[in-house]
Order: sequence, then structure tokens, then C-alpha cells
Amino acid sequence: MTDTIRDAVKAFVIENFLFGDTTHALADTDSLIENGIIDSTGVLELVAFIEDHCRITVADADIVPANLDSLARITAFISAKTASLVAA
Amino acid sequence: MCGFSGYFGTVRDGRALLERMTAAIAHRGPDEQGFFTTKAAGLGHARLSIIDLGDGQQPMSDATGDLTIAFNGEIFNYVELREQLRAKGRHFRTASDTEVILHLYDEMGEDCVSALNGDFAFALWDGRRRRMVLARDRMGVRPLFYTRQGERLYFASEVKALLQAPGVAAEIDPVALDQIFTLWAPIAPRTAFRNIYELEPASLMIVQEGSVSTRPYWSLEYPDREAPPRHRDERAAAEELRALLTEATRIRMRADVPVGAYLSGGLDSSITSALAAGMAPGGLRTFSVTFDSAEHDESPFQLEMARALGTHHSAVACGEGDIAAVFPDVIRFTERPILRTAPAPLYKLSSLVREAGLKVVLTGEGADEVFAGYDIFKEARVRRFCRRQPGSRIRPHLFRKLYPYLPGLRQQSAEYLFSFFGASGAALDDPLFSHRPRFDGTAATKLFYSGDLRATLSGYDAAEELAARLPEAFARWHPLHQAQYLEARFLLPGYILSSQGDRMAMAHGIEGRFPFLDHHLVEFAAGLPPEMKLKGLVEKHILREATKDLLPAAIGRRTKQPYRAPDSQSFVGPGTRDYVQSALGDAAVSAGGLFNPKAVAKLHEKCSRQPASGFRDNAAFVGILSTQLWLTTFTGTGICNAKAA
Repeated sequence: MTDTIRDAVKAFVIENFLFGDTTHALADTDSLIENGIIDSTGVLELVAFIEDHCRITVADADIVPANLDSLARITAFISAKTASLVAA
Repeated sequence: MCGFSGYFGTVRDGRALLERMTAAIAHRGPDEQGFFTTKAAGLGHARLSIIDLGDGQQPMSDATGDLTIAFNGEIFNYVELREQLRAKGRHFRTASDTEVILHLYDEMGEDCVSALNGDFAFALWDGRRRRMVLARDRMGVRPLFYTRQGERLYFASEVKALLQAPGVAAEIDPVALDQIFTLWAPIAPRTAFRNIYELEPASLMIVQEGSVSTRPYWSLEYPDREAPPRHRDERAAAEELRALLTEATRIRMRADVPVGAYLSGGLDSSITSALAAGMAPGGLRTFSVTFDSAEHDESPFQLEMARALGTHHSAVACGEGDIAAVFPDVIRFTERPILRTAPAPLYKLSSLVREAGLKVVLTGEGADEVFAGYDIFKEARVRRFCRRQPGSRIRPHLFRKLYPYLPGLRQQSAEYLFSFFGASGAALDDPLFSHRPRFDGTAATKLFYSGDLRATLSGYDAAEELAARLPEAFARWHPLHQAQYLEARFLLPGYILSSQGDRMAMAHGIEGRFPFLDHHLVEFAAGLPPEMKLKGLVEKHILREATKDLLPAAIGRRTKQPYRAPDSQSFVGPGTRDYVQSALGDAAVSAGGLFNPKAVAKLHEKCSRQPASGFRDNAAFVGILSTQLWLTTFTGTGICNAKAA
């Protein structure tokens, strides 16, 4: 499940922000901002993708680098959100 | 205001070459052409007649025939200089500013440039010493390009004239391209063309047999931050500023043709228009651009100011499709790739002025550099403020206040705002601290480079080169002055005055004049304490104080609205022009060899699907499209049809 989420997010990042450039070695823990991969508009594109693809709602308070600034953080955030929905 | 071309060295059939070179820049001087040749040099001139309409023909020689000049621009203090020279017994055959330079050179040699207050580039052939003197104004208003071919040196007001010379070919300079895709402009003397250079602002070049030497004759300097302030009394400083600005405007109203003014609706052009309106005997004509999109349009402020001044006001609308319609022509005149479409509406505006029958306009350009008006100055101050308390959840919200017009920032958390603006990154003693987020954000566009271009540029860092070009005293200046220097010394001549200024105005034979760039005013403003310019987060404070009686309160209090135009959305959607599809298509991008065709196709698709893309995507789209058009226009590379039919 986690790998599936990670792969989907990575595919979105490569397609939407790196425009298919797979030569960019994107490690799971790389900062998306510090590596120039997303800007302020890009964060909102990422949020829209998560909401559409994972069918969860991202609250304004959740839009912080701690949740969204690397593949690993995004994956963990989506997993936790999805788990809380299932538990509910 | 005109265009000129020329050469130093022996050239076969030099007159025919000068005719071809001058014809290439005939738009700069549609009124008449003239030529001068000797065995060792040649000059060609295309004239836009503004002062001494009857007798100011160029190239102009002195009475002895030893000195001959081709001159582009205006010497605004020529009346005073002429009187001083007459008092020394010199006789004038014309009423032109051109002849003043000849006499002054005869008196002082090339050091005469230090006496000139004006926007100028000239080439002066000194037959006695068999040398050519090239010079350019202090701030870089007027252009001057050159290239060497063996023992010959060719020079001209625009590169397209140089391309007429034998052996001179258009080829992209990959380092210049990388500088544009990082810093927004090439670092002079480099241009977008390999082996073609520009004479830097405030510089002289002396060309004689066997040697070419270049040196600056003026430099922009700020006081040491530890030195006692030159100005302590704000009221006195405001009064001095007002007097300098009034004088700068007065001498820029000198012309034998009517002088109009651009009116954007912002503070700066409202001030220049207000001052000019009181000096225009028959009333002032003002000109504006309006936009369909509310986020770019300032027409309510333009109309309010025009009403307040009682000017005869005209506006040109820049609607959907208009930018795309003129963009290939815009690139033909900028002669370089650009990352924003902002020059395109100014191209339309100069056309409006020409249709109205005017040749000269004042503009408010330069005030943001001289009096610290740009958001980037405030941004740097907020970044330093945030760095003092990195965990603060309150301080980063100031970034949102700085950029209310950027939709991507409205919903961001304090943590993200802190990250986006590099508040956690750049070292406080980084000489490029103020501009680092901009340079880093722009450099993200390099993602689209082809493998070959990446390999060519391997190890090169444009920002590092810029930092290496800073003067030794830079480290001792206040951070605001450091940021102002970066804008005024590099981006102003490299982009604002060239791509948005001279090139867009002269495309339609219009001369722009810039009171805020009078060097007396520039030197005065540089010596003002930082807090008189940027007071808290209020930009251009001292300028507002000095001119508050000139403007309606709503204009005088306006926060700076950056001049922007729609970027990628100008080229997508219904009615997309064929040249866009063609220029960004696989075949043309592959033929150009500079960008990755697949990545460009995805970018084009993304911008078409979602026109409100962020800064990087917009900059990349416009940068790639303009580079592709540049290749087609100047090198014939690619298969795209760049006609904006």
C-alpha cells in the first residue's frame, strides 16, 4: 500500500514538475523546495493531486513542509490520513 | 535619438557595407541617413530628428574635418555646455547637441564624456590620432554593440547591423543563455550572440591600429555602512530631491518636437508626467497600456492621473491574443531570449505614440532602482527579519503581504512561506542574499535544457560569475544598497532599459527619456540613508515625501504594483498561433538542440491545460519560446514559421 502511494506520488512529481526528466535522481527524502522542484503554485498542484487521487481532504493546516516536502513525507502523510479515514 | 553603425580597419567597399548595416537599423532613424568613410574607418547614421531638425545631419565633422561623429541619443545639458564653449571662443555651425560633443572632444579628448549629462552612445573618428572612440552613457540607456573580425572592429546600435558585416554570423552563446535563464539578462559585455559584445554602461573604448582598450569613466557607488550619513534631515533631503528631479525633467523636455509621457498609473510615471505637464507649453500628451485581465490592468489610476493633470490621454488595449500577435517581432528587436512577455505591451505602446505623431516620451523608469521601489528589496528585509526568529509563525506572513497578486501564496502556511523565500537558506553574508530566491527560482527552468547544453555548461554557475563581478567596496555597503546595486548595475541596463526600454521604443522610432536616471539624481539618491528610501516596508518613502503635492492622494499612497503582463496564457487556448505550435514542436526543438523536446512538449501541454501555472513554468515557457524564435529569426535554425500572421 505504502509503496503504491509512493510510486503514484513519484510518478506525479516526475510528470508534472520534472516534465518526464528521469535523469533527476530524486531520493525519497530529498526536499522538493530546496531542489527547485516545486514552488508555491506547485504545492497547490500537489495538494489537488493528493485530494483527487487519494480521495482525502487536505486541510489548510496540513499544508506544511513537514507533511509535503519530500516523497517520504507525502507518502507518510497520505498513509496516515487514509488510515484515519478507515478507522473512522 | 538615432542609430549608427561603423567599422575600424580596412574594409573593401566600406560605403556599401555601411549602407547595409544602417539599413538594418533604419527603424531607429527613419528621417534620414548619412555616411562617412576614410581608408581606415567608416560611420553610418540613421537619424531621428529631434534637435536642430534642419542642420543636425550625421555623421557630423568639425570645421577641420579631422573629427567626425555618429551619435545616438541626447545630451540634455548641451545648451549649458555650448555656452561654456562659446565663452572659450568656439564657434558653432549648428544648434545641435552633436556639434557640442565634437567641440568638447576637441577640448578635452575622450574625458569629455564626464561633462555630458545625457543618454548617449557615440562613435567618434579622430583623424589626427587615427583612432575611433566609442562611448556609452552612465546608466546604459543607449546601446552599443561590437565584434572583432581579425584586425577589423565593427560596431552598431543593434546586433542586426553587425550581422551584415562579412564573416559575422549569428550563433547562440550558451553561457549568455544560461545567464538569462538564471539572472534574466546576460552579464555585459556578453550578449546572446557568441563573439558579439556590448560596450558596458559608463565605458569608453579606444580603438587604434594594433590595440583596443576599454575603461569605465564613472561608477555607481554607495557609502560605507559605517560612515556617518551624508543626509540626516529628511525634509532638507526631500527638498533637494525635488529640485534635482525638477531640473532632470526640465532638461529632458528640451526638443524641437513635442515631448509626451508614458503614464502607467503608478507613482513614478505619475510624478514625471506631473512635472512635465507644467513644462509643456501646448499641453502634455500621455500614453498608457490597458489590459483585459484585472490583475494586470491599471487603467482607473491612469485615467485619474490624466484627469488630474488635464493631459490629452491615449491608451492602447492589450487584449487576449495581442501579445502572441507581436511576440516574434518583439524578439526580433530584443535580440535575446526573454523570460517574460512584459516587453510586448510596450512594443504596442510605442506604436501608439508613433501613430499619434510624437517621437519623444518621458517615462518613470529608474525610480524603483534609485529609490528602492521593487518588492525584492522588501522581500530581502523580511527574509532577514524572519531569520532573526526562525520558529516564528507570524513573521513569514509578511511575505504574503508583499505579494498579494500571487495566487500561489494566498493559502500557504507560515512554514511554507519561510521555505519558499529561502529564509532558511542563503547565508546572511552572501553578496547575492537579496536576489538568491529569484536566481534560484529562475534557475529551476534549466530542467528543460537538452543533454548537450547541460554538458556544454557543466561546472558553470552564472550567479557565481555575477558575484565575482561585484566591486571591492560592495561588502562595505548596507544590504539595501547592495540589492539596489544589483538591480541598477545589472538588471536595469541588461533587461529593463534594453529589452523593455530602448529596443521596444526604437522599434517604432520613439525616444524614451528617463528623468530618474539623471546621474546627478542617481548619485544623490545613492548617498541617502537606506531608511529614507525603504521606510519599514514602505518603498520610495523620500520620493513620496518630495512629490506629495503633485499627485492625487490615491496615487501618492499607492503601493508598488509591478508591471506585469500575461505570460504563458498569452500563447495557449483557442486561437493559438501556428508559430507557437511549430516553435515548441519536436522538430524545431530538436533542431535547435538547446532543450529537451519531450519535456518542452509536456510543459506546453501543462500550460495549455492549466494556464495559471506558477513562476517557473511561465518563465520556462516564455524563455523557451523566445529562444526558439531567436534561433529562427537570427540563425535560421528550426522549422517554425515565426511570422505572426
